[in-house]
Amino acid sequence: MKLGKTARNKVLSLFSLFFFYGAFAASDSPKTESESDNHGAVSSEAEISEYILHHIKDAHDFHLFSYNDSEGHRKHIGFPLPVIVYSSKGFRTFMSSEFHHDDSGHHVVERDGVSLVKYHEKIYELEEGAHGVEFDEQHHPTNAHAVLDLSITKSVFGFLLVSLLMLFAFGRLAKQYKKQAVPTGFGRVLEPLILYVRDEIARPNIGEKHYRRFTGFLMTVFFFIWISNLLGLTPLGFNITGQIAVTFSLALFTYLITQFSGTKDYWKHIFWMPGVPVPMKIILAPIELLGTLTKPFSLMIRLFANISAGHIVVMSLISIAIIMKSTLGAAGATVLSLALSFFLTLIELLVAFLQAYIFTMLSALFIGMAVEEHDHH
Amino acid sequence: MTIPNLVGAGLIVIGAGMGLGKIGGSAMEGIARQPEAAGKIQTAMIIIAALLEGLAFGALFLGK
Repeated sequence: MKLGKTARNKVLSLFSLFFFYGAFAASDSPKTESESDNHGAVSSEAEISEYILHHIKDAHDFHLFSYNDSEGHRKHIGFPLPVIVYSSKGFRTFMSSEFHHDDSGHHVVERDGVSLVKYHEKIYELEEGAHGVEFDEQHHPTNAHAVLDLSITKSVFGFLLVSLLMLFAFGRLAKQYKKQAVPTGFGRVLEPLILYVRDEIARPNIGEKHYRRFTGFLMTVFFFIWISNLLGLTPLGFNITGQIAVTFSLALFTYLITQFSGTKDYWKHIFWMPGVPVPMKIILAPIELLGTLTKPFSLMIRLFANISAGHIVVMSLISIAIIMKSTLGAAGATVLSLALSFFLTLIELLVAFLQAYIFTMLSALFIGMAVEEHDHH
Repeated sequence: MTIPNLVGAGLIVIGAGMGLGKIGGSAMEGIARQPEAAGKIQTAMIIIAALLEGLAFGALFLGK
């Protein structure tokens, strides 16, 4: 069956996606914003917006909730993830729990002669002899430098989880088709979705002749985005498709596939548009060339902005319980925020599917434009 | 966020809202006139809305 091949393509795509994501996550510049030390403690409006921005960003651990115990100490509940960094003295690995939930660069972790601190979810290596990180006016560390961070962060963990889930579910389904025509179990849920992507997205947009080549990629992208979006609605706090690095690599794949499968006609229409006067051809060529780049760029921004905006709005509505407590009372504020965030979460369920659909649909449309054969008359 | 940024964001949202309203309104009219073509109109509507949304989000993102 064709699905076996699809599964293989999927594994390949996911591995390369993972590779790109790792490379991208490590090359971010430090953010310039002030942050208080009590990570997770929320009481005022300023802290709420800080907390929401913290949630949107990738993190080195899962942070579920915090509370003050009877002695007034701040307790954080969550679970750590492995930190893998390439420092000036080679690779160092340890669990993120060694930072003790410190995100302000004060807690130093010593590992075989390398001192590491975490500041705004970026890991810095302290210079020789330094005992604590110091910052200049722009909140850039002065006595520490960034390291190549290959850690299994929250998003990488989610990424791997989605990949394994898909590999398991679709691998099982593909195996079932070798024995019987009708799948059993969870495969019955997946089959109509697969047929939907093939018959409603790939076939009409790419065309009867070529659609089979691209169905594997489109299906991978569709299910990856959809499952990631749905995972983002769980209380674990995943925000995989809200990371611009993830959407960048997804859009990059669409871009590369579109360009490499472009026919002679496609390139002719970019560089030497037929049917228009020569001066116009010269003006059109750079515009058309830029057009090939803006398409994946808009794919990247659309998914990133939609998912991030959704998360911010849901978190803001939940925060109503804290902000309105003084005016509405504890019960009134909770009921209001619960009602609003419940309905918004329902809308987000729709958005999760819609964004996966739109990304796949537009990818199919762009690929279809590239492989289309023009009949000259 | 500075005041020019916020004004710019507001202008973007006005533009995007007008565009989405036009798309939605025309699609509704089209569906009312030809209910049998509802599926096709809906697909085209979503694609155009997505393109518009990409443009608006791109502008918001660049202005951040």
